[in-house]
Amino acid sequence: MSAESGIELEFVLESADFNGAGEASSKIKRTLQQLGVRPDIIRRIAISAYEAEMNVIIHASRGVIKAGIHSDRTELVVEDEGPGIADIGLAMQEGFSTAPDHIREMGFGAGMGLPNMARCTDKFDIKSEKNVGTKLRMVIYH
Amino acid sequence: MKVVEERFHSVRLMPERCQGCVNCTKRCPTEAIRIRGGKACITSSRCIDCGECIRHCPSHAKTAVTDEIADLKKYKHNIALPAPALYGQFKADIPVRAILSGLLKLGFDEVFEVAHGAEIISLAIRDYLKRTDVPRPAISSACPAIVRLIQVKFPEIINHIVPFDAPVEVAARLARAEAERLRGLDPKDIGVWFITPCPAKMTAVYQPLGTEKSSISGAIAINKIYHELFKVVTADVQDARRQASWVGVGWAIPGGETSAIGVDNILIVHDINHATNVLEQVALGKLKDVDYIEVLACDGGCIGGALTVENHYVAEHCMKQRIEKKKIQDPKLGILPRSDYSEFELGIAGRRAIEPKPAMRLDADISKAMSKIEIMDATLKSLPGLDCGSCGSPNCKALAEDIAQGRASLTDCVFLLRNKVRDLAYEMVNLAAKLPPPLDKEKEE
Repeated sequence: MSAESGIELEFVLESADFNGAGEASSKIKRTLQQLGVRPDIIRRIAISAYEAEMNVIIHASRGVIKAGIHSDRTELVVEDEGPGIADIGLAMQEGFSTAPDHIREMGFGAGMGLPNMARCTDKFDIKSEKNVGTKLRMVIYH
Repeated sequence: MKVVEERFHSVRLMPERCQGCVNCTKRCPTEAIRIRGGKACITSSRCIDCGECIRHCPSHAKTAVTDEIADLKKYKHNIALPAPALYGQFKADIPVRAILSGLLKLGFDEVFEVAHGAEIISLAIRDYLKRTDVPRPAISSACPAIVRLIQVKFPEIINHIVPFDAPVEVAARLARAEAERLRGLDPKDIGVWFITPCPAKMTAVYQPLGTEKSSISGAIAINKIYHELFKVVTADVQDARRQASWVGVGWAIPGGETSAIGVDNILIVHDINHATNVLEQVALGKLKDVDYIEVLACDGGCIGGALTVENHYVAEHCMKQRIEKKKIQDPKLGILPRSDYSEFELGIAGRRAIEPKPAMRLDADISKAMSKIEIMDATLKSLPGLDCGSCGSPNCKALAEDIAQGRASLTDCVFLLRNKVRDLAYEMVNLAAKLPPPLDKEKEE
């Protein structure tokens, strides 16, 4: 089997869907477990996917998370339609958050999402356009 | 029974009682059970001995293998280690010492409360949580079914489990050491018997978690000795023995462990399904701001164990009354909670890492596993999605997995089978209308 064959998982994320939050990450995690990927690697992928999923649910109007699982790596691509990030440098700082109060009251939006994702992944790429949306591409090697 | 298999399990099936219904397959938290040949089959690598199937089998076909009082004759000196949950089987006006005396009447030479071990572990966890370099939330190691659930389903958070033995293991080590020291007994002559509320603890004796070899010789189910014990326990028996304080005894009920540890920023979770949901959250990196999770597989905590006798709500009520009583009476009798512990008591020297046992993997070869996932996904789309369980697998997804693994076929699904029969019937009707040309009068021209 070539390194390029793999499994594609895709999930649609809706704004403010806190009930469904974490479902996509859990399913990605379960697939990785079925493939026998090392537990510590699974943990990094699951955390990155979950943080990305939450960002879409909190900030965007809708989005899609895709996981491309290959034998040597997992690629996560998260695209959303939403406000975009005005200053990516600032958003990458721990503790910086634009989440409104009602979101913070629920225990989310602590400003740890992006830095956490960057820490858990081997490649982290973020592109954002104001009032259009954000695209994240992350790679974690197995 | 003493033959230790590669994977010993306390939970077993009694085939003659099994009706082949699907109740247990649906209750099993690791989807370890399938119905094959009209009987339930447990997949050993996935079974965590939680006892859910025992609890929910309408034919009582699931059982827990535990030891018996008769096994005491294998040793010269026998020590009983009663779980705090044992006290919950009795009314609060029957003092602990009466229950301990009752155990002596049943043939034990000595009694050592597991609650002593619980007090030591409580202190050790309190100190452990003062450290800032340990993964948060820390997860209790007391329930072996939960530790095994993490090994099998959440191996990525094994490092969250506190690195200490369960209280019973600590108690066993101390009871053993004391018998050797005070009575000059040979270790091989000492039998140490856990009076257990659950099969998970029985399994932990033969397959220890986090130690090389258990100090416990065997486990006897509470429901196996209750009848005899009940007859010999009387409130007037006042055989004074050194007793554990309310701190250790409280571990039997939900919240008892965390109140003994004395931390506030905690979660108390019981019931295996709730535990699974909370552990899933930990695995996704949530709950980092929680210090400790007391997590127990049985609804109601240890007093809800599958091998107890009393309803767990009633038992909890009795335990709470008992604890309140002890809080007042203990100091008068000089029974005070422990304030320190030693490395020997904790058993630090004998600890080894808890290994992941991922049993969800489809194939050792990742590319084969990928093809199996593709087969699973395609199969799942053709299944009705009713999760009826009639195929013998717990739900459609599990059947898809079994098919991908070559352990089941599409026609195991009664709905697909019915469709196939219907299609065949139509085809037969169509075929019945067809005649060979020499006989077909309508085709004369």
